[in-house]
Amino acid sequence: MSTIVEKILAKSSGKNSVTAGEFVLSNVDVVFAHDGTALLAVESMQEIGIERVFDPSKVVFFIDHASPSPSPQISNIHSAMRKFAKKHGIRLYDVGSGICHQVLPEEGCVKPGSVIVGADSHTVTHGAFNAFATGVGSTDAAIAMSTGKLWFMVPESVKITVEGKFKDMVMSKDLVLHVLGEVKADGLTYKSVEYHGSCIDGMSVDSRMTIANMAVEMGAKCCPMELNSATEKWLKGRVSDFKEVKADKDASYVDELYVDASKLEPLVAAPSNVDNVKSVREVEGVEVDQVFIGSCTNGRIEDIKVAVKILGDRHVKARCIVIPASRRIYYEALNAGYIDKLVRAGCIVGFPTCGPCIGAHMGLLGDGEVAVSTSNRNFVGRMGSSSSKIYLASPATAAASALEGKIVDPRKYGEGR
Amino acid sequence: MKILKVTGHALKYGDDINTDLIIPGKFLTLTDPKEMAKHAMEGLDPNFTKKCEDGIIVAGKNFGCGSSREQAPLALKYAGIKCVIAKSFARIFYRNAVNIGLPVLECEQAFDEIGENDVLEVYLEIGTIRNVSRGTIVRAQPLPKFIIEILEEGGLLNLLKKRIKNE
Repeated sequence: MSTIVEKILAKSSGKNSVTAGEFVLSNVDVVFAHDGTALLAVESMQEIGIERVFDPSKVVFFIDHASPSPSPQISNIHSAMRKFAKKHGIRLYDVGSGICHQVLPEEGCVKPGSVIVGADSHTVTHGAFNAFATGVGSTDAAIAMSTGKLWFMVPESVKITVEGKFKDMVMSKDLVLHVLGEVKADGLTYKSVEYHGSCIDGMSVDSRMTIANMAVEMGAKCCPMELNSATEKWLKGRVSDFKEVKADKDASYVDELYVDASKLEPLVAAPSNVDNVKSVREVEGVEVDQVFIGSCTNGRIEDIKVAVKILGDRHVKARCIVIPASRRIYYEALNAGYIDKLVRAGCIVGFPTCGPCIGAHMGLLGDGEVAVSTSNRNFVGRMGSSSSKIYLASPATAAASALEGKIVDPRKYGEGR
Repeated sequence: MKILKVTGHALKYGDDINTDLIIPGKFLTLTDPKEMAKHAMEGLDPNFTKKCEDGIIVAGKNFGCGSSREQAPLALKYAGIKCVIAKSFARIFYRNAVNIGLPVLECEQAFDEIGENDVLEVYLEIGTIRNVSRGTIVRAQPLPKFIIEILEEGGLLNLLKKRIKNE
């Protein structure tokens, strides 16, 4: 009878069962914040006079949004975070560690069936590991940090079934852009999205994280997925002692969508809304000043690998910034020889940071400039000047576009070319 | 019973007003909300800061979509915005706005029935918007009691402080 989110929230609030629409006071397993949100949360705690965190092992800070610091003001924010972390004995992943949504699961902090609250909207990413994970503001984060509890309305669930296999050079980013184009930017507001089907079952962890990550772009509250064999393998050695939460066969969904993965083609979200989805063919030839391959959406090893494959021995025409999402990914790319190939192809390879995705540093766009980015938002001014334009795309489309200095269909560089 | 009322002039904006428009990422390093307020809605409306004092934003659907930054409702509040009325809100923005004491009201018709600069009186508990300029009434979704309680104290932290003090 129950959906994944109903089961997780029932357990976390000490009830036998809950249904959509119900309010619950839930225990929180992990709460985290980063250099864009942590300070406000800390100040909020101080304002109400709370002197301690509820459980130091369950509170985590990340310095990832502008990291290393590009300005003295940001350095002061980083210092304040380090001071708080030291005082309260909480973990802080400092400059160079990577983006919170990548590092948190890598470090074994994300257990299937758990409740994760982050002061960042892309916290939904951890749904890829079967968690109820949702983004909150700094006040809510402060309350979760100090009490270990937070109230939620149990969301209604929507089921998206994806069957079949992607064609060459079509990636999970194209799938999530397709869904976004269908349901639109407010289509799943307050909902829990469950992805099911053979395509999701056969998918890599990297690809699943991309899909869960962009659920918030549809307004969704969370995106809990059932585990698949790739995810189970990935979790081994990282977490133990957990129980996966599956949806009941007769669970109740307010809406269902079916996608045939084999029919998808490379897509973009054209400026300046995430749901302005078009096929790459429709925008092919648009001149590009900058390409960004990175972010919590597409800065993983699979993404870097496909970019390297497309670039080959050629040289990029547009400036191309590649930023691995974590130190581990950077190291993996280094060992696989990818960094060497990227540098030879003329790419700029950065240290792990959110950087240009949020317009913090490492390649902001000037007036009228056009970017192809593998990140998650193409809003006006997001990556720099308010007259710049952002096309969101897969790493394959981004790399092909970097090569030619204009938007290009990556299938041109695929196996069937 | 005291009815929570806000008064102001309408400032109209469209659909999908995202948090990057409300306060761009590059200003998140400002720690003083008054400084941040000077850049509110900068990319969308360069004249915003000239007219925002005692303003009531009347917008389309999905207001506040995007980032979880609490600085978005904070910037609006410190810019002098008294209330945001929209066809719908993104969930994190809605929750943040309530938490920091910025009234938010969902209303399907307000956008079509209210003009730029119309003087409005908004009664939050009963979900009623009185358009003083036009002499009309628009009905909105009333706010539940626990949200009114938070707004009355100017935000969740103030309410908690009061409760801790009373305990």
